[in-house]
Amino acid sequence: MSSGEKYVAAAYAVVLLAVLVWVAIIAAKLVRLERETAELATLARRPAGERQSTDG
Amino acid sequence: MSLNRNVAAIAVGAAGLMALALAMVFFVAPEDADQGISQKIFYFHVPIALTAYACFGTGAWKGLRLLWTGAERYDLESYTAIHQGTIFGALTLLTGSIWAKASWGVWWAWSSNQLVLFLVLFLFYCAYFMLRFSVEPGTRRARVSAVYALFGVALIPISFLAIRLANDFIHPTVFTRHGAQMTGTMLAAFWVSWAALLLLAFVMYRVELIGKHIDANLRDLRDILTAR
Repeated sequence: MSSGEKYVAAAYAVVLLAVLVWVAIIAAKLVRLERETAELATLARRPAGERQSTDG
Repeated sequence: MSLNRNVAAIAVGAAGLMALALAMVFFVAPEDADQGISQKIFYFHVPIALTAYACFGTGAWKGLRLLWTGAERYDLESYTAIHQGTIFGALTLLTGSIWAKASWGVWWAWSSNQLVLFLVLFLFYCAYFMLRFSVEPGTRRARVSAVYALFGVALIPISFLAIRLANDFIHPTVFTRHGAQMTGTMLAAFWVSWAALLLLAFVMYRVELIGKHIDANLRDLRDILTAR
């Protein structure tokens, strides 16, 4: 591989890496949102009187 | 909301266009006679820079809409667009730096007005986040952020035209008054790459915005459930 080819590969790899990092961040956010949704579903199923005593 | 429903289809379109762009860059567009293979960086570097400008411009436009109408949703839209702009801005600097090393033998040239002005624009928008998160959430933060985003947009034409205004001989000028200084297939590869990156930025913008809306709705829901 010539030095020019290495630089071209590096430039395109940087873009690919950035997109992958962004996907990883969004995936982590989705996991957090899933956890929070499950917590809220549990909270919603509890009788009204119990909610503030345990969460507030 | 229809845009949110179509975001998956747009993402598939962006992936297809990206594959087409890469095929055109590496298999259709001829190698540049002067720079050789390193010129291939141009097909992503310049569209990424133009996409960053588009994102910053969108952020400013949404900021203007916020100031004009007072609708809170524009604050989140402006913030998300500027966030995308900084991602694409960072990529512009990184790919440009690699191209500079390949072509000029240096990672950075302070004598190039185009480079320095783009760095100023990028740092200006990085400071947007410092300003935004130093103010308490609410109407004041939304308005201060919108005004800052609008000020930044003035730097875009300066950064874009710097190379022409200053007669910069270091940074190449491909698009002149006489048209694009490249062959038809090179130009086609450039347009397809730009379309692919614009679509990618749009998908990223929508996905991030949907995530922020879900976040806000969950916060509201938690408040409602715990208050009952």
